[in-house]
Amino acid sequence: MSLDLKFTYTEKKDTRSGFGDGFLEAGRRNPNVVGLCADLIGSLKMGDFQKEFPERFFQTGIAEANMIGLAAGMTIGGKIPFAGTFANFATGRVYDQIRQSVAYSDKNVKICASHAGLTLGEDGATHQILEDLGMMKMLPHMTVINPCDYNQTKAATLAIAEHEGPVYLRFGRPSWPIFTPTDQKFEIGKAWKMIDGKDVTIFATGHLVWEAVVAEAMLRAEGIHAEVINIHTIKPLDEEAILESVAKTGCAVSAEEHQINGGLGDSIAQTLIRHNPAPLEYVGVNDSFGESGTPTQLLEKYGLNAENIVKAAKRALERK
Amino acid sequence: MEKKSIEDLQKICTQLRRDVLRMVHAVQSGHPGAPLGCAEFFVALYFDQLRHNPDFKMNGKGEDLFFLSNGHLSAGWYSVLARSGYFPVEELKTFRKLNSRLQGHPATHEHLPGIRIASGSLGQGLSVALGAAQTKKLNGDDKLVYILMGDGELQEGQVWEAAMYAAHYGVDNLIATVDYNGQQIDGPTTKIMDLKNLKAKWEAFGWEVIETKNGNDLKSVMEGLEKAKSLTGKGKPIMNLLYTEMGYGVDFMVGTHKWHGSPPNDEQLAKALGQLEETLGDY
Ligand SMILES: Cc1ncc(C[n+]2csc(CCOP(=O)(O)OP(=O)(O)O)c2C)c(N)n1
Ligand SMILES: [Mg+2]
Repeated sequence: MSLDLKFTYTEKKDTRSGFGDGFLEAGRRNPNVVGLCADLIGSLKMGDFQKEFPERFFQTGIAEANMIGLAAGMTIGGKIPFAGTFANFATGRVYDQIRQSVAYSDKNVKICASHAGLTLGEDGATHQILEDLGMMKMLPHMTVINPCDYNQTKAATLAIAEHEGPVYLRFGRPSWPIFTPTDQKFEIGKAWKMIDGKDVTIFATGHLVWEAVVAEAMLRAEGIHAEVINIHTIKPLDEEAILESVAKTGCAVSAEEHQINGGLGDSIAQTLIRHNPAPLEYVGVNDSFGESGTPTQLLEKYGLNAENIVKAAKRALERK
Repeated sequence: MEKKSIEDLQKICTQLRRDVLRMVHAVQSGHPGAPLGCAEFFVALYFDQLRHNPDFKMNGKGEDLFFLSNGHLSAGWYSVLARSGYFPVEELKTFRKLNSRLQGHPATHEHLPGIRIASGSLGQGLSVALGAAQTKKLNGDDKLVYILMGDGELQEGQVWEAAMYAAHYGVDNLIATVDYNGQQIDGPTTKIMDLKNLKAKWEAFGWEVIETKNGNDLKSVMEGLEKAKSLTGKGKPIMNLLYTEMGYGVDFMVGTHKWHGSPPNDEQLAKALGQLEETLGDY
């Protein structure tokens, strides 16, 4: 079946490269931007920045807790530290360090987390964090961002450099369609309605925005018109955009590469329950760890691909 | 298990190296460098030192235990486990594939025999091994606990929390080995985060430290582990600094961090296997 997609792509790239390129650009724009990394410079694509600004870049070795503390300290006196490692080691491993020295102390640290979710693939569950959005969004003061492709990740990286306050920026490893514009403006906290629809709203974040775009075309082929909203900022959540869309469509699906518990869907449910308790179906990992496999296999096995979004949309429609 | 000759053990080392390369090549992911460098250690441990039962029981009562803290050496560990009878050698071909028991990093979740704790997130294994060693003491079990860590891994603070604890409690039924290959992901440890004088560090933390200067010479590795064993039960935890070469056994892989986490392509695999004789039969 050839799908009539509302967004298409000619190139695929990893979102971590969008981060790396945005980070370099941010460094050129603002001499206060500095970088830290815990022995994953290549994986995080921080090497170009390091090469261009060696005196503003700090390799910490494999010592994430130290890295977070260093970053917090560097803000005192005006630096804007970007601290990078894998999402698991950027959150769970250093939660208390982030909580006390960054969030509670309201420090302008950018926590840059790569290889998030199932799509890191073969490394398996030890590395596949699916709880990071939940942990980070629970922290007062923390802004939580999960962009969907290379271009959006680059734009988000530039935007967080200009934003004052702690930020968690989540991105990933797999090569992924580039379907959003190069020159986009990234507005933190502002949801982006990508496709207009009337029957059901799909709220998606991260890699699953692409799956939502595919799902929309699949649904449309069956006469169902889905609205697709890109929630790149999990916190602060654009409640207005969510409520406005659901007021029109009457039901919704959330889609994320994360546990259902504590994820984007949870945040949307909280919004709906208070203002407009419409049916909501979750596409996310259902209380389990991941495993080794290719990204595509894992998205299929754990129910996170376009087919599953389609099924969830139909369930939501039935409950209207 | 009856003791094997050093020639036979050497053959297992070569086969382990072949297994590792073929495993990471098949899925084009995983970590060949360090397991190649630790082949002699794995083989000396499992085929010579450990008093263990491949008919695996999680509680490990009455057995020596081994923990792999640097979980990215999984390919090497899986090979030695399979080759010593924990599970069918055939199963190595499922490494890192969907629905496999051989996860990218070691896991208990899929119940692979031989594994007692998940690892992969670095720096946690020594604490776990110490806990297991103390349980042995509480149970009146006189067997030993072994653990392997990476040298880069020692940059994690938790390792030193555990180091302090071990000496404080005199956990002398534990033999820790560090894969002292001088390499980590981003480069040589001296450049990334210099470990400086490791021997002095462990000694200052109250450990008994031995050095195995040629960690890729099977006989030296066996002697080192034998010596370590002789030092147990004397009130101090034992540290075995094992000097290895990352990528040992394949001329174009040896001594560089570049093979830490990159699989060989078809051509490189063929070239590498040409340097390693098939001794026990490929899986
Ligand atoms: C807590 C944590 N941080 C980072 C990583 C990513 N990582 C995997 S292996 C590695 C390098 C480890 O160095 P070393 O222990 O010397 O192992 P070797 O490179 O010699 O195999 C890093 C940084 C990790 N697995 N866990
Ligand atoms: Mg090393």
